Amino acid sequence: MRRGAAAVLLAFFALAVPAVAATPRTTLPDVEDEVMCVECGTALNVSQSPVANQERELIRRLIAQGRSKAEIKAALVDSYGPDVLAEPSDSGIGVAAWWIPVVLVPLGLLVALLAARRWRRRGAAAAAAGAGGVAGAAGPDALDEADARRLDAELSAFDR
Amino acid sequence: VHVRPRLYWPITLAAAALVGLLAYGLASKGTDDSLDQSVANGTPVTAPVSTLPRLGATGTGSLADYRGRPVLLNVWASWCDPCQEEMPLLEKAHKRMAAAGGTVLGVDVQDDQEKALGFLRSKRITFPSLRDRDRAYVHEFGVTGYPESFLIDARGRVVALSRGPVDQAWLDAHLPKVLRERA
Repeated sequence: MRRGAAAVLLAFFALAVPAVAATPRTTLPDVEDEVMCVECGTALNVSQSPVANQERELIRRLIAQGRSKAEIKAALVDSYGPDVLAEPSDSGIGVAAWWIPVVLVPLGLLVALLAARRWRRRGAAAAAAGAGGVAGAAGPDALDEADARRLDAELSAFDR
Repeated sequence: VHVRPRLYWPITLAAAALVGLLAYGLASKGTDDSLDQSVANGTPVTAPVSTLPRLGATGTGSLADYRGRPVLLNVWASWCDPCQEEMPLLEKAHKRMAAAGGTVLGVDVQDDQEKALGFLRSKRITFPSLRDRDRAYVHEFGVTGYPESFLIDARGRVVALSRGPVDQAWLDAHLPKVLRERA
């Protein structure tokens, strides 16, 4: 009897695992924000046109069939073309959206690197000048002898 | 703002490149009305031809398959309300054209295939349709909305067009001439 029950339980779990694996892996909101309304040119999750409603209906149908997000997106492309995906196309003006970051990011890093080097050099030069001033060398902000005498005189006048 | 001479040219060139990119983007998204102008001037233009998948059937088809026959090319989608209203009239036009060796050829654009086929069944449509899923083909006709129709003569030239639903008056004004030429 116990063996029979164990066999039934084992069979139940063996069948349950594939059933869980076949349950829908995605949701409408999860797909909607990565897809466009092909006529409105807006994200599907904010579109209410007839074609947007049809796209949502197709997504719901495919979710009910247990399709993954990638499969649903492929089916949307098959019906509505690549413009349905909320990402720049790989032809025409869309290419610019892919290449501009590729060019601008290294360029920005290069500019930042050059600017950092320049700031470091200036900082080092200023530090050297400051150190020279302490040692008595004539830096750009050092007082000449006449000014130093006048400053001493005025400070001693305050002391009286 | 004072710009160092060393930076002047790189900044100017980068700005010019960005402006050029913007201009290209705007120009490539613009609509082409050259076909409308030619048809209005009475100078028919050879209709664009492209091989597309057949709707509800295997294989591909093209306007070129109908060379030597008049064709009323209709751009439609099942989610488009005016297309639904226009379909019965197009089916009648198809029967009229078929009797004279012509056909209506549908181009279903950006549509769920299952819905599109259900739509044709519900309207009892018998003329063939091709699928232009990303509008690339109909873009060559300057299509901006749905439905739009293009009457193509037996020599493959666009002789009339309708940027919107066709009506009986439009069909009566344009069909007899192309059907006579075929006969």
